[in-house]
Amino acid sequence: MCSYITERIAVCGSAKGAAGWMAVDTATIYFDHPYHAPLDHSLNIDFVNAAEGAPTRVAVELSAASARALVEKILAALEQGERAHGEV
Amino acid sequence: MYEGMLAESVTIRGHEGDEIAAYYARPLGPGPFPGVVVIHHMPGWDEWTREVARKFAQHGYAAISPHLYSRLGAGSPDDVAARARAQGGVADDQVVGDVAGAMAFLRAQPYANGKVGAIGFCSGGRHAYLAACRLPALDAAVDCWGGQVVVDDPAQLSEKRPVAPLDLTAALGCPLLGIFGNEDQNPTPEQVDRTEGALKRHGKTYEFHRYDGAGHGFFAVDRPAYRPEQTTDAWGKVFDFYGRYLGKG
Repeated sequence: MCSYITERIAVCGSAKGAAGWMAVDTATIYFDHPYHAPLDHSLNIDFVNAAEGAPTRVAVELSAASARALVEKILAALEQGERAHGEV
Repeated sequence: MYEGMLAESVTIRGHEGDEIAAYYARPLGPGPFPGVVVIHHMPGWDEWTREVARKFAQHGYAAISPHLYSRLGAGSPDDVAARARAQGGVADDQVVGDVAGAMAFLRAQPYANGKVGAIGFCSGGRHAYLAACRLPALDAAVDCWGGQVVVDDPAQLSEKRPVAPLDLTAALGCPLLGIFGNEDQNPTPEQVDRTEGALKRHGKTYEFHRYDGAGHGFFAVDRPAYRPEQTTDAWGKVFDFYGRYLGKG
């Protein structure tokens, strides 16, 4: 389906794209047709710098299963890292 | 027999006279050629959309695909589509205006036969249904699995999409062909039933072809949803329909 359902969140950090590193302030997340991945639907995340007009983005298109696994691994890495370094 | 086509990007006038990009493919030769407006899906003005335009040119139609996200700046079609999504898509009024502009472009060509149809896929299928209800000059429309023609949850309506296309069915002004997969979840078979019920109730000329073993977007050769047998049959239905209502290309 082509849904219009889109999650949006403010983020703080950097991403590296075709033009090199850039600051990013927004991520949009949606589960819909991918542009490139050979899947019917994918979990897509676009990291952009909305404050600069979002001329470029860093994008990923992941299968639903790998996106869920990624969420778990992100949380696991954060927990382990925060234990090792102290909460930041 | 000589065969040839020209496929190129052009600039046309869209909604409110805005200059927008379009991809235009047409057979070479004097014509007369019927015209088709190819309405892209939400992922944007992509390679597959262009392939569809060239397919119509191969079959003798002048086909144009307006870039519905043209106003969102430069960049690759996928990046521009991401911007469109971040803004909640584009407004129905603007899409209808862009389709009208593409129709005018087709009819202005010296080799045009004067007949123009529209075809859309996924969100573009919904747009094709909408255009058929709002543009009386359209001669035939093809809705390929357009989702949200039927809107069950009023929260899905918005300033950009204020009306469910189904509610405009009384105004549908041209023959409609619908292509659907019976395993689709958007639209579901039950929603397709309701669309068909509205078309019958209003006495509209339509034909629906509903395929078992196929889900959403089953024409897409680069996705698991691809169903070669159903796709081949459905393309045959599209060309038969256009042959009857637009003329042979």
